[in-house]
Amino acid sequence: MKPTNISNPEYFHKVVDCQYACPAHTPVPEYIRLIAQQRYSDAYMVNWESNVFPGILGRTCDRPCEPACRRARVEEQPVAICRLKRVAADFKGEVTSRFPKIAPKNGKKIALVGAGPASLTVARDLAPLGYELHIYDDQKKAGGFMLSQIPSFRLPQQVLDEEVGYILDMGVVTHFNQYVESMGSLLQQDYDAIFVGSGAPRGKDLPDLPGRQEGADNIAIGIDWLSSVAFEHIDNIGESVIVLGGGNTAMDCCRTSRRLGGKDVKVIVRSPFADMKASPWEKEDAIHEGIPIIDNHVPLEFVVENGKLVGMRFDKVKAVYDENGKRSLISLGEAPAFYPCDDVLIAIGQENAFPWIENNVGIEFDKWGMPVLDKNTFQSSRANVFFGGDAAFGPENIITAVAHGHQAAISIDLFCKGESVQDRLPPQTNLVSQKMGIHEWSYDSSTTDEDRKIVPLVELTSALQDRKLEVELGFDVATAFEEAERCLNCDVQTVFEEEKCIECDACMDICPTSCITFTANGEETELRERLKVAANNLTQDLYVSDNLPTGKVMVKDEDVCLHCGLCAERCPTAAWDMQKYWYSVTKACSLE
Amino acid sequence: MTYIKPNFRHPNLPVNDLGYRKSDYEGSISTLCAGCGHDSISTAIIDACFESCIEPHRIAKLSGIGCSSKTPTYFLGKSHGFNSVHGRMPSVATGANLANRELTYIGVSGDGDSASIGMGQFVHVVRRNLNMLYIVENNGCYGLTKGQDSATADVGSVSKSGNTNAFEPIDLVSTALQMGATFVGRSFSGDKDQLEPLIKAALAHKGFALIDVISPCVTFNNHEGSTKNYRRTREDVEAMPLDFVPMREEIKATYSEGTTKEVCMHDGSVIHLHKANVDFDVHDRVGALSAIQRCKEQGRILTGLLYMDPDSEDFHVALDTVNKPLSRLSEKELCPGSKVLDSINDGLR
Repeated sequence: MKPTNISNPEYFHKVVDCQYACPAHTPVPEYIRLIAQQRYSDAYMVNWESNVFPGILGRTCDRPCEPACRRARVEEQPVAICRLKRVAADFKGEVTSRFPKIAPKNGKKIALVGAGPASLTVARDLAPLGYELHIYDDQKKAGGFMLSQIPSFRLPQQVLDEEVGYILDMGVVTHFNQYVESMGSLLQQDYDAIFVGSGAPRGKDLPDLPGRQEGADNIAIGIDWLSSVAFEHIDNIGESVIVLGGGNTAMDCCRTSRRLGGKDVKVIVRSPFADMKASPWEKEDAIHEGIPIIDNHVPLEFVVENGKLVGMRFDKVKAVYDENGKRSLISLGEAPAFYPCDDVLIAIGQENAFPWIENNVGIEFDKWGMPVLDKNTFQSSRANVFFGGDAAFGPENIITAVAHGHQAAISIDLFCKGESVQDRLPPQTNLVSQKMGIHEWSYDSSTTDEDRKIVPLVELTSALQDRKLEVELGFDVATAFEEAERCLNCDVQTVFEEEKCIECDACMDICPTSCITFTANGEETELRERLKVAANNLTQDLYVSDNLPTGKVMVKDEDVCLHCGLCAERCPTAAWDMQKYWYSVTKACSLE
Repeated sequence: MTYIKPNFRHPNLPVNDLGYRKSDYEGSISTLCAGCGHDSISTAIIDACFESCIEPHRIAKLSGIGCSSKTPTYFLGKSHGFNSVHGRMPSVATGANLANRELTYIGVSGDGDSASIGMGQFVHVVRRNLNMLYIVENNGCYGLTKGQDSATADVGSVSKSGNTNAFEPIDLVSTALQMGATFVGRSFSGDKDQLEPLIKAALAHKGFALIDVISPCVTFNNHEGSTKNYRRTREDVEAMPLDFVPMREEIKATYSEGTTKEVCMHDGSVIHLHKANVDFDVHDRVGALSAIQRCKEQGRILTGLLYMDPDSEDFHVALDTVNKPLSRLSEKELCPGSKVLDSINDGLR
C-alpha cells in the first residue's frame, strides 16, 4: 500500500466517525469535551455554528452519529451524543452576544420559500453578510415540519421558538400565513436569488384500498393530522386507533393519539419489526407507552358498517430476501386478520409536491417530479433558484436540511457576488499536538468503562394526560459528565512520523486494542489479513507509513483505536503524537 | 493522564485451544522507560504462552533484581510469581521446581542479575539442568542505577557518561554451553519473529533452556558509541530465523527444499530452521561454540536456536524425585512414620 496521505483533510475527518456521519459535520468530540468541562455555552456555540438548532436537534435528531460511534465497536452502546447536545442547550448561559454581527445591508434581496430548517439555515448564514432575507410560509410561525409535525411532548414549543427566534431576530423579513402560489410571480419580484425549502409536504395515501371513501370521516393522513393537532384544530381521537406505517411519523401519530384519548392504539406495519424505518429509540418510546407494534401485516381494506369505520382487514405476510437483500412480502395464505378501530391514521411516507412551480419558469424536474440540481451547489437549472432540505432530494431529516442550507447559502452568496458557485472553499482544518508533559495530555485520555446513561422520563400517567408535557427530562449535570467521559476523543489523532521511529515495537506492544502492526508492506486485502488482529471492517481505513529502516511499515487499523494515547506515551522518540484534529465545513458566514 | 491501560480489547481477539484470550496472559501496565526492549520481551512471553496453550495458573514466573526482574509484573498477571533476591532467582526456582514439578517455570533475569551478582547461581542452575526457561534481558548496562557498564558490555562500548569499557564481556550463551546447558538460544528484543518461536520451543524443552535476549536500554544505552543500541544491534545481528510447530498442530507451512531444516523435540514438536542456518547443526555443542566465536570475531552477533539436546533429562531424573508435586502428597506419604525411619537408619548401619 502507498503511505497514507494524512494531509488530505478527509483522512482524519473519516477517523472521527460521529462527525463524518453527521450531514453537517458537527465537531462532536469537541463539544462533548466542553460539556465535561461544564463549558455549556461554548459547547452550544460549537453546535450552533455547525447545526444551527442544538436544542431542537438535541431532542429530535435522527442521530446518524450514534450508529457510527466508535464506542459501539468496542462495547455495546455508543455515546449518547444527541442527548449530550441537549445538555449543552439546557445548561447554556447567554449566547446571543456571541452571534455574528450583522453587516450593513449589501443591497441583495433573497426570497426563502418555506420557513423550515433549510431556509432558516440559509437565513442564518446570509443575514450577517448584509442580505435582505424574505421568508415565506403558509403557517403562522416559522419552524416548518419542526413546528407542525414534531409533537410538543418531544419538542417543547419554547425550545423551538428560542432557536428559530435567534435567526428571525437577525432582521429576517417574515411573510407568514402566506402560501406561495406561483414561482413565476415570485421570479418577477426583485429578488436576486430564490431558495426553495418547502419540504416534502404531501403525505402518502391509500386511495384505492376498499372502504377508503366510505370511511373517510375516520381516516386521516398522518402528517396533516399531526399539524392539525399542533395548531389545535384537533384535540381528540377515538378510543381505538390504528396507525399504519413504520416510520417516525407513525410513532409520533400513535404517541399523540394516546394523549388525545386513544386507549387502544396500535401500530400496524407491512414490514418486519427490524426493517421499520423508525429509529429504534422511537419504537422503544412507543412501546413504553403501551402501544403494540404489529408487523408483517399488509392492509387489505377499511371495514365500514352503516357508514362508519369499524376496523381494518390485513393479510399476514412474511418477508423473504433474495441474494441481493431485496425484500418481498409473501402472503401466508391465512384468512385476513381483522382489527377493530374507531380511527385510522395513515403514516406511510411523504412525497414532494411543487404544484406552485410552473413548468415554464426554466426549472427542470426529473421523471419523479424532483428538481434537477447540482448536488454540491444545490443550484437548479435556473441559475438564481436553489433548493434544499426535503425539497431538494426527497424526505430526509432536520440535520440534512441544515447541511443543505449551509451549502445553498454559500452558492447564493457566490451567485450574488457574480462568482462561480463551483468556486467553493475547502474545509477549515487544524492539527495540534496535545502533549503537556510526561503522562499529561490536554484531553482526558483515559477510557471509562461506564455504560451508556439512560435519559430519565417523566412519569407515564402524567405524560399521557398532557400532549405538551415533554417526556424526556434530559441528563442532569452529573450524569452528563459521566456520559461525556465515555467519548473516546476520536478527533485526537494518532499521528506517526516514520523518520523518528526506531522500531522498538513499544506502541505495538502496549496498544490495548491491537491496532498497530509493524510488518512487511503488501496489497491492502492481503495486508488486512496479516495484522495482529485481522482488519475486517472495510469501512475503516488502514494508516500506513512509508518504509522504515528494517524494510517494514507501520500499519494502524483505525477501526477500534481508543485514542488513549498509550502508543504516543510508550514511544521513546515521539514518533507517535496525539494531535487534535479540527475540521469545520466552511460556511458563507464564519463565527470568528 | 494515560498511565492506565484501558480495559477494552479488540472484539475479535483470538481465543486459544484452552478458551483463553490473549488478554488473559497480560499483566499490569509497564513502568519501565518508554521504548525499553524488555517490554517487547514481555509481549513475546505473553504471545508465546498464549499460543503454547499453557494455562496461566500453571505458570510460575521468578526473578531477581533489576529492570529485567521487574518485568514479571507486566506479563502473566494470573500466574504465580516470586520476585526474589538479587542474583538468587536460580535458587528460588530450584526450590519451587522441586516442590512442584508440574508447573512451567519462567525465570527472568538481567545482565547484572545473572552475569555479575548472580554468576555463581547462574552457572549452577545450568549444571543442574533444572526444567525451566531462563531469559536474560541483556542490555549491557545497569539501567536501574543510571547506566554503568555491566559485565556483558562489549570492549570499546562507550557508556552514556562517556567511559569506554576496557573489560572483556561475559558471553552467557557460551558460558551456558560450557556448563552443559541443554537448550541455548539468543535473540534480539526487536526481532519478535524470531524471539517468539524461540520462547515457544524453550517452553516445550524438558530441561534448562537459556535465551539471552539483547534488549536495548533506551535511556542509558541507546546512544551512538554503545554497541547495544537499537540501530547497531539491528545491523550486527546475524539472525537465524525459525518457526515452531507444537506437537498438537498439523504442519501447514511448506518451505522450498534446501532452505529449511526440521528439528524434532522430545514431545514431538518441530522446529523449522530457515535459510541462514541450514548448515548449522543445533545438536553440535562444539560447533555452536565455534560459530558464536567466529561471528564475534567478525563483529557479528549470532542469534537463533544455537544448541538443543532433545534427549535432555532434567534435575528430577538426576535426583530420582517423586513424580507428584509435594502439595499433592498425603501426610502418610510425606511422613511415613518411625518404622520407615528405622529401616532407613538400619540400611545405613
